Amino acid sequence: MAKHEVKSPIPGTFYRKPAPDQPAFREVGDTVSRGDTIGLVEVMKTFHEIKADADGTISGFPIGDSEPVMAGQTIAELD
Amino acid sequence: MPVNVISAGIATTIQDMGRPGYYHLGIPMGGAMDRLALRAANLLVGNDEEAAGLESVFVGPELEFTEDAMVAVCGAELPPKVNGEPRATWTAFPVKAGQVLSFDFLKGGARAYIAISGGINTPAKLGSRSTYAIGALGGIDGRAVQPGDTLPLGKGAKPRSEGLSVPQKLRRGPGSPAELRVLPGLYWHRVTEQAQKDFFDDTWKVANEADRMGYRFQGGRKLEFVEREQPFGAGADPSNITDACYPYGSVQVPSGTEPIVLHRDAVSGGGYFMIGTVISADMDLIGQLQPHTPTRFVKVDMETALAARRDQAGTMNAIREALS
Repeated sequence: MAKHEVKSPIPGTFYRKPAPDQPAFREVGDTVSRGDTIGLVEVMKTFHEIKADADGTISGFPIGDSEPVMAGQTIAELD
Repeated sequence: MPVNVISAGIATTIQDMGRPGYYHLGIPMGGAMDRLALRAANLLVGNDEEAAGLESVFVGPELEFTEDAMVAVCGAELPPKVNGEPRATWTAFPVKAGQVLSFDFLKGGARAYIAISGGINTPAKLGSRSTYAIGALGGIDGRAVQPGDTLPLGKGAKPRSEGLSVPQKLRRGPGSPAELRVLPGLYWHRVTEQAQKDFFDDTWKVANEADRMGYRFQGGRKLEFVEREQPFGAGADPSNITDACYPYGSVQVPSGTEPIVLHRDAVSGGGYFMIGTVISADMDLIGQLQPHTPTRFVKVDMETALAARRDQAGTMNAIREALS
């Protein structure tokens, strides 16, 4: 059971990588600190960084790379 | 006594009803994308309904008040909070000096209109306070609101009671799929009969490239064009025309693939054919479409378009009556 959920404040398209030819920002099992970038959401011709708002270990990404995301939807689960 | 901007969301701009009259010079009318929502918010706080307020896209700002004011948030379901306590949308609520107005995650729609009693009293440019960021006109120095800005307020708002609210049946939001009524235009004959049918049969969805200038849609079948020798001045692509004026709401389809509906900050002309124009009664609705929203275009004639415009004006009148 995830202890904390990192949510996207905006709707758009979720990306786990900073660029298509680069590795993902974070993988399951990585530890993150508050303020670390976990992914990007593209909307209105702009990419917005989604940052962790708590410390923890990533236990899952409920939304896949390049998939639509709604505002308030969880993009990463932390333990 | 101003309102201090602590954070600004991702695209919060000062908007009123815009600056009509300069489009022939390339300056669009601008103004609130969802005008009915801004008018309703202004009425709720006792302002002139065309007063300037804030248009926030997806994410609300954090605002610190330095005087007591009435506030209303209409349009998108972007839940307001006063010092962390939730408040209702489409409803007048007081914010006292020293309190902070902030917002929860977006629950529906795309653009929230925040009216503050007195209205935002930045200098008008070409007759309007609306921010036209591409032209660096209006707003604060022609740009979106930023943290550290102070928003001056006007005076003369009529007293309004806390809890005054727009009746539920007069609040309009997009259905699923959203339906946008389109009047076929001058270049209708440029696409094949099959394409004319497909355009209205297919379900499209809002692309990420959707802003005050235009809304792009994806996912329908590619439109095929009637063959012709391109006229003088038109580009080589069959979707090109000799440059022409672009009406607000016109639907251009570059290369026949992704329709773009021009909105309040539209470019005034260019060389893409337009399959038709979204009727004026449905323009407000576009401002409330989130990316990925399934959308159908519905073919209408002029009579239906004019009747819809009367209905929309009737809704606005009903709101005025309910809040008077």
